[in-house]
Amino acid sequence: MLTRRIIPCLDIDGGRVVKGIRFQGPRDSGDPAELAARYEAEGADEIALLDITAGKQSRVADIETIARVRAVLSIPLTVGGGVRCADDADRLLNAGADKVGLNTAAALRPELLSECAARFGSQCIVASIDASRSTDEAPTWSVRIKGGDSATALDAIMWAKRAEALGAGEILLTSWDRDGTTSGFDLELTSAVARSVQVPVIASGGAADAWDFLAAIGAGAEAVLAATIFHKARFSVGQIKQFLRTQGVEVRL
Amino acid sequence: MNRNVVIIRTGSANIASVVAAFTRLGFSSTVTSIAKPVRESELVILPGVGAFGPAMKALRENGLDEALKWRLQADRPLLAICLGLQLLFDSSEESPGVTGLSIVPGTVTRFVPPLRTPQMGWNQVIPPDSQVVGSSEPGSLLRPSWMYFANSYCIRTPPPGWDCATTEYGGTFVSAMQKGRTLACQFHPELSGSAGLSLIQRWLALADVKEPAPC
Repeated sequence: MLTRRIIPCLDIDGGRVVKGIRFQGPRDSGDPAELAARYEAEGADEIALLDITAGKQSRVADIETIARVRAVLSIPLTVGGGVRCADDADRLLNAGADKVGLNTAAALRPELLSECAARFGSQCIVASIDASRSTDEAPTWSVRIKGGDSATALDAIMWAKRAEALGAGEILLTSWDRDGTTSGFDLELTSAVARSVQVPVIASGGAADAWDFLAAIGAGAEAVLAATIFHKARFSVGQIKQFLRTQGVEVRL
Repeated sequence: MNRNVVIIRTGSANIASVVAAFTRLGFSSTVTSIAKPVRESELVILPGVGAFGPAMKALRENGLDEALKWRLQADRPLLAICLGLQLLFDSSEESPGVTGLSIVPGTVTRFVPPLRTPQMGWNQVIPPDSQVVGSSEPGSLLRPSWMYFANSYCIRTPPPGWDCATTEYGGTFVSAMQKGRTLACQFHPELSGSAGLSLIQRWLALADVKEPAPC
């Protein structure tokens, strides 16, 4: 049976792992290769690496960091940051990424998803969606781009469906409101998107403890991504997976 | 000097992780789309990310299809990964009308709703019956293990003449198959942590069992 995945996320700035709150105020959290190796040893199913300044600096995610992480990692690596065209994605794949996350450039020019899917296959194209909640009652979510700096009128659920139709093989769904806050996942968001698409959905943004992972999986997430609680060693990946198994969730242990 | 593996470039397939895995195992690697080294080298890897049709086109353009058919016939060591496994078959629903390498009879089919597609993540590999009892014996190549998958298409029926491991996703499918010194995996051993690396090591040991058949 296919297991649910736990994915530690490394936000990268200047070759270091950082973590902020709602994408702001990044604080140093360690060396990317060291953390990636530690998380693999703890039982991580995959690693995500997001270069958070690449887009703003009009460059692609840091190739050297990707190569350093790849060299120590024997589990899948998803990389996002600054991808504007299929050649950019190719650079990340050549450096050692297994999947490429597309965010701002895809929201501005959706065909980028189909171009990349046609060239590399859907299984290595991840639509990375940062969603912010518009209202609390009968909530809707709009897509934020440029590392959360810019709001758009794009509806997150509609965008997820379109991204799937264009060839994205996975949706990395981050709640902008919850990112870095350790206040729990936006489960209504996770559920709304997971019900709308056939591709796997990765829930991201807000994990505080093991119960949050269980809740995100209950809401339909195939995989759960977290950064803060792992970097601060509040829980190891193994502890989270042990807990999930006691709750009847299939995990790889 | 390090031993070398030859990794076939089939267009835009991502091979950095395959290279990294062999580097960790102490091997150097050569990435090529030329038929001669694919025929003559001791160890050859057929990776594959991307689509069935374009990959077959790339193989044919360079005469790699014939080189691979010859290799299998001669039982020269080959490791086929993911799409690499699918390319061994006759055809695929992914690219109707395109003929595969046709080394193994059968058609590759797509996972159907409500299965989440692609299958993305770790799933359990169950070795063939004949090898379950002896799964701790040094000779058994395929063993019970968790491996990493990223595929939308699969082979549902084990082909005759091959030792097949299976995995569950909306029914069983062939997750690995072995015949002689050819190992084909639907999962990615290079991305499957220590379980994947030790499978690669067992394949390498198998490759060393006997001298290559005369050309």
